[in-house]
Amino acid sequence: MIKTLLSGDLPRSRLLTAMLLAVLFGLAFAPFLFPGARSLNVAATICVFIVLVASYDLLLGYTGIVSFAHTMFYGIGAYGVGLALHAMGPSWWAICVGTAGALSLSLVLALVIGLFSLRVRAIFYAMITLAVASAFAVLASQLSDLTGGEDGRTFRVPELLQPGFHLIEREILGRAIDGKLITYYLVFFAALALFLFMLRIVNSPFGRVLQAIRENDFRAEALGYRTVIYRTLANCLGALIATLAGVLMALWLRYVGPKTMLSFEVMTDILLIVVIGGMGTVYGAVIGSALFILMQNYLQVLMKEASGALAGVPLLANLFHPDRWLLWLGVLFVLSVYFFPTGIVGRLRTKAVLRRLR
Amino acid sequence: MMTTISNVAVQDSALPKVRVDLLPLLLVPLLALLMLPLIGSFPTWVTLTVAGLAMGMMVFMMASGLTLIFGLMDVLNFGHGAFVSVGAFTATLVLLPMKGWVEADSILMNLSVVGLAILLAMLVTGILGWAFERIIIRPVYGLHLKQILITMGGMIVAEQLIHVIWGAEQIPLQLPTTFRGAFIIGDAALEKYRLIAVGVGLTVFVTMFLVLNRTKVGLLIRAGVENGEMVEALGYRIRRLFVGVFMAGSALAGLGGVMWGLYKETLTAAIGGEITVLVFIVIIIGGLGSVGGCFIGAMLVALVANYAGFLAPKVALVSDILLMVTVLLWRPQGLYPVAKR
Repeated sequence: MIKTLLSGDLPRSRLLTAMLLAVLFGLAFAPFLFPGARSLNVAATICVFIVLVASYDLLLGYTGIVSFAHTMFYGIGAYGVGLALHAMGPSWWAICVGTAGALSLSLVLALVIGLFSLRVRAIFYAMITLAVASAFAVLASQLSDLTGGEDGRTFRVPELLQPGFHLIEREILGRAIDGKLITYYLVFFAALALFLFMLRIVNSPFGRVLQAIRENDFRAEALGYRTVIYRTLANCLGALIATLAGVLMALWLRYVGPKTMLSFEVMTDILLIVVIGGMGTVYGAVIGSALFILMQNYLQVLMKEASGALAGVPLLANLFHPDRWLLWLGVLFVLSVYFFPTGIVGRLRTKAVLRRLR
Repeated sequence: MMTTISNVAVQDSALPKVRVDLLPLLLVPLLALLMLPLIGSFPTWVTLTVAGLAMGMMVFMMASGLTLIFGLMDVLNFGHGAFVSVGAFTATLVLLPMKGWVEADSILMNLSVVGLAILLAMLVTGILGWAFERIIIRPVYGLHLKQILITMGGMIVAEQLIHVIWGAEQIPLQLPTTFRGAFIIGDAALEKYRLIAVGVGLTVFVTMFLVLNRTKVGLLIRAGVENGEMVEALGYRIRRLFVGVFMAGSALAGLGGVMWGLYKETLTAAIGGEITVLVFIVIIIGGLGSVGGCFIGAMLVALVANYAGFLAPKVALVSDILLMVTVLLWRPQGLYPVAKR
């Protein structure tokens, strides 16, 4: 049963299994295990990022396409739902319209960009997506009549998802069953379903072709696979799932804005997570996102203390300033591209294989 | 039978004439002239054109190194913007302490302080380029995916290091006194600094053109772009050429960074990342690896951005992309495609 659910792609390492289970249970019972608005927010962000990063892994790790437009699709999803709810008022109908609109826009954009530039080499595609994504971010922040500009838009969600709504009067395990909890579980189960779906894709014959293209596109073409079509399909699929991740994030935050949805920082975050977690292993997205978001939220406290302790030393204090945590991640990123390109997950799997051989 | 053979012999004896492709070259003046009636007023047109040319020159300085590096080594440095930022920030090491010279109302003092800043910036970015090539890029020659990732990582680290060294706040950068203001010719106002930028840009372009076309090193570089293996087989150490070009390209990015920083008059560490997008569009339009194409591309992008900003501000937001798409529909490999790329 588990094997079917995971599409036959088991973690294949005891430590990895333990980590994945820890993440799964942590997220599944987050509202009860870690009370407080902040920790629930962290948990929901992890859920959304798992989907977002895994969909990026579909491109980078499995197909070998470097795209810088992934935040654009994420932003389209968030803005689609956000603007629809803002304009049409809080209703499920608005969510459907917004999601459908966002999905179709993403599909068209991904198709056009893909057909336009995936014929040529990886580098070309990376540059074009970078240009298009930055133009889109500028548009979103400048067309302020529609998108609310730099401030973004806050909006109301349907009553069932509002924090003030109570499903039942009693508390369960010391936690009120309110709209926030329902939204969290909506995000969690949607993320879980999308994750399993992606696991299914990469372990299907289609996924094998993608891997073949990554390894040697010339040979894949020679075997009779139209690489352009497969690449474009992977591109569209990644874009659509990223759009859905954006929808979930918008529903959770009840806010859309260019800084949280479209900025280049989100893109670098995704890149860091994919590479550190493990390219070409969907599980890398889970481990990477959980570690990264936790670090983002809690490592800074630690660095603040280090910085405080070094307050006298001019350059070192800056080096450990809480805002400089990206520096350390950047260094880790460069090192992992060199020394363990398959990331944490790949490392653990190799270790497990080696142990079995001994 | 005989006739065909003799035909071949004739063809072999005479080298085919080099096809001169002037069409892209004409695009720039054509575009400028076409816009004249649309804009209506001649002085406004002159101001806009000069502004466009100045911006184009600055972008060209930053982009030329990148395209040459790509052409020669098949490495696309996504961290190129870091050199722009580092160049601009290094200039503050000269410009801020020597505030007196910057504020003095003397061309000589102003020129020497800016010259010193540029020299230092180019030196620092050149050395940084050497280190970057050595540490970051050398292990991943030939691996495109890793190159993109690793140079991106290098960019993140460099940007953060700038924050560590110079602090996270914006740094205001003062334009030297004699560089401010504008010449008024008729009704057209020509900002002095823009004219200076055009001058510096043209100098860079002409120098680069002469080095590439009139010197032995230039010949080797051009040959390396066409076919690196052949150059190596003829006994030249192409690795040294690589490193030299990489350093020169980085130094040019540093120069562009100083000019750009003075133009914007405020510095943030993100300055390089922001311009990278524009630089990429320029080298795609020009044809990856082509310096001439890069020059024309920079002019086109900057002029279109300026005209569009005046005529239809909303369109200006996406004018770069529209221009890129149009050019690629006309010539899918860019204006001047480099062989085999």
